[in-house]
Amino acid sequence: MSAVIDSHHDDHHHGPAKGLSRWLYTTNHKDIGSMYLWFSLVMLFIGGAMAMVIRAELFEPGSQIVSPEFYNQMVTNHGLIMVFGVIMPAFVGFANWMIPMQIGAPDMALPRLNNLSFWILPVAFGILLSTFFMEGGAPNFGWTFYAPLSTEYAPPTVTFFIFSVHIMGASSIMGSINIITTILNMRAPGMTLMKMPLFVWSWFITAYLLIAVMPVLAGAVTMMLMDIHAGTSFFKAGGGGDPVLFQHIFWFFGHPEVYIMILPAFGIVSHIIETFSRKPIFGYSSMVYAIASIALLSFVVWAHHMFTVGMPIAGELFFMYSTMLIAIPTGVKVFNWLSTMFKGSLTFETPMLFAIAFVALFTIGGLSGIMLAIAPADFQYHDTYFVVAHFHYVLVPGALFSLLAAAYYWIPKWTGKMYDETLGKVHFWMSFISVNLTFFPMHFVGLAGMPRRIPDYAMQFADWNMMVSVGAFLFGISQLLFLFIVLKCIYNGKAATTEVWEGAKDKGFEWTVDSPAPYHTFSSPPSMESLKSSS
Amino acid sequence: MFRAIKYSLSLVAALTANVSFGAWDDLNMSPGATQLSQEIFGLHMTVFYVCLAIGISVLLAMAFILFKYRKKEGVKPADFDDSTALEITWTVLFALILIVLAVPATSVMIKAYDDQEGDINILITGHQWKWQYEYIEDEVGFFSNLSTSLDKRNNLAPKDENYLLEVDEPLVIPTNTRVRFLITANDVIHSWWVPDFAIKQDAIPGFVNTGWTYVNEPGVFRGQCTELCGQYHGYMPIVVKAVSPEEYSTFIRDKKEAKIQQALLTEKLWSTSELMEIGEGIYQKNCVACHQIGGRGIPPVFPSLVGSEIVMRNKARHIEILMEGVQGAAMASYAEQLSEVEIAAVITYTRQAWGNAETGDGKIVIPKEILDYKTNKL
Repeated sequence: MSAVIDSHHDDHHHGPAKGLSRWLYTTNHKDIGSMYLWFSLVMLFIGGAMAMVIRAELFEPGSQIVSPEFYNQMVTNHGLIMVFGVIMPAFVGFANWMIPMQIGAPDMALPRLNNLSFWILPVAFGILLSTFFMEGGAPNFGWTFYAPLSTEYAPPTVTFFIFSVHIMGASSIMGSINIITTILNMRAPGMTLMKMPLFVWSWFITAYLLIAVMPVLAGAVTMMLMDIHAGTSFFKAGGGGDPVLFQHIFWFFGHPEVYIMILPAFGIVSHIIETFSRKPIFGYSSMVYAIASIALLSFVVWAHHMFTVGMPIAGELFFMYSTMLIAIPTGVKVFNWLSTMFKGSLTFETPMLFAIAFVALFTIGGLSGIMLAIAPADFQYHDTYFVVAHFHYVLVPGALFSLLAAAYYWIPKWTGKMYDETLGKVHFWMSFISVNLTFFPMHFVGLAGMPRRIPDYAMQFADWNMMVSVGAFLFGISQLLFLFIVLKCIYNGKAATTEVWEGAKDKGFEWTVDSPAPYHTFSSPPSMESLKSSS
Repeated sequence: MFRAIKYSLSLVAALTANVSFGAWDDLNMSPGATQLSQEIFGLHMTVFYVCLAIGISVLLAMAFILFKYRKKEGVKPADFDDSTALEITWTVLFALILIVLAVPATSVMIKAYDDQEGDINILITGHQWKWQYEYIEDEVGFFSNLSTSLDKRNNLAPKDENYLLEVDEPLVIPTNTRVRFLITANDVIHSWWVPDFAIKQDAIPGFVNTGWTYVNEPGVFRGQCTELCGQYHGYMPIVVKAVSPEEYSTFIRDKKEAKIQQALLTEKLWSTSELMEIGEGIYQKNCVACHQIGGRGIPPVFPSLVGSEIVMRNKARHIEILMEGVQGAAMASYAEQLSEVEIAAVITYTRQAWGNAETGDGKIVIPKEILDYKTNKL
């Protein structure tokens, strides 16, 4: 082992290559992490622009700026981009940057695979977005692409969509293999599994979820490909196939996918709340068990997305009960976060503000989730704006806020510079107010009967929709401010200390290295002793 | 913009004050018109109040903690990080709350899943983008299309109360009768939702789902398709008219008579202009969605009819397409949807309009030919 290290001795001292080749050929976890994060920020603005088109069309009743056909393309691609192009890659970006630093490893276990799993992502989204310029237009069947709308009745570009999903899946699977391998093999001596930072734990479990379900998604799109081009009838009722089978397969992937987008957020928020409460996290082991049980339950709840397909009553009841069970570990997490803050010494820097908003608003999303789990009531909620409100509450002030919190929390360590705290707080309050203005009224129009995915609506929904649109435009503008804050931090920020946040030094290995973190960290493993609190 | 501000303020008022406000209908589910819908509404309110209570408690506790334990000079934070007793307590508490919710949910679910036959059974078929209703016992049926004009949709005419929630022919059902719906689809998946009945059932090709209702008072109930079914998904509303059993019998008798009258029409002598007139109406209602107002379609998905080889010179194939649909394309068969007269008229219209008559053979199609096509097929 030492012989290997010696023979590569020189590598430890030179920095990144110059120019474009640094990024194309890099195997450095920090470079790759940064690329993932910039990629997802760019996709956030593309997917966000689509949301703006949607809200402009829905600003008032009547046909406004786009055709119903293009509206469907916007809805579909907004969903696909936000799920696969923003939330997932952003979490992978944080995993790349932070997992090696948090476990005291010099890099990811499989650096070349890491490079490949990033670089096929822009290819996948290049293919997806290119369909906008093709005959027949981009995919228009919703991000859930139910057959036969996405097979027999799809535009010809569906084949490009399928190829693009395959590539995204390959990227996710490679990334997950890398994360699991890194966590299992490269922890600092003495860091047992139950001493791992919670962000590492949350990603460890998420990576297993990804490996379990991305192949299922690949299977679903492959069956679609066969139905479209090879004359099979997996989902074609006319050929003896089963359109409902598609939904079972899709949601067997789709529900774990929902947790893939939120579990790493649990890890991030735990770290931030712990740091700014100046107290250890409350109930570390129950946090780990809660994440694990949410992950396990995610495999047996999928058909709660399908309460109206005409399942037998035993199925309806089973999926209702299993879904309700998820409230228990989720509630445990919320209470643990509150208990961490209880009797702490709280300060409210931007990351903490976003983390607190996460806990508060994710709770709202969780409670509407309990309502949706009640199968007979779901007959009224299903496929209305109530559902849209629910999943945006867990994905925007949930997953996205945790990502923003994490960016503010770790950017001083990455760049060695502080972001502008005042602007950060302005960004927070603008986002917090507009996100509620956007998504809260959706509960009302949903309950009053507005179906989702419609380009025009009845008069009774007009007032709330106008308010939602105003909120959405404001939220969009707020995120431009985030871009400005990041750039200002990189080019013009004040120098950050090694510790960055008061008392952070014993909260994790990442706060023991210089700011900015050197291009190569931990060429010899750090000692767990260095984290022992001095208090 | 002003309206948006006004409503932002009213939202704040609604959230902070415990007042009963007039616009409650715009904020909450409707209790509906049947016993089942009222039970589901009751269940919804129970779950809502439980969730509201939990939500308010959590948020208040959080606000208290954030205020009370903000950093102060000289105050040291505690360093506890565990309490098994506390964690067991709240885990058990969550489980108890869930059991309290699961009991009424299960009982309502069992009632909703009563799929015994109805006194009247109606087959509902979803098509892109209209609903077909067939009264199984009486063997009559019709299609129900959106009747809101394009001018209203394009903001050229003022919109009224039932904008996008009105149809040319509503489904008529009798009051005080158990009505069962058998729900399926002809092309993609649709979903038949009438909030006042608390029925939302997916209409899936190859499957027949069921739902049932029992309406006490006459009334008009409106709903919409709730499963994305293509570009005009937002434009296939549902209107159900509940009438007294007497009125319902009259309705069925009239439908049966109209069916006989329709059949007789194929014997009549038709002029080109008569067919053109009917055909234009049929085209506007059934064809413009894909083939567009000027007949030019949206190639390659929806082919243009202007200058089309089939429309100009191949009458036999033209009839066949209307009667059988086109495999693997969006074009459905209209043999069931339209009468012989209507099919003949719309074929004649497309062969004559947009200069097709001048460049093509200009042949018209009379209702008798459609009838013959049907007879020969048998």
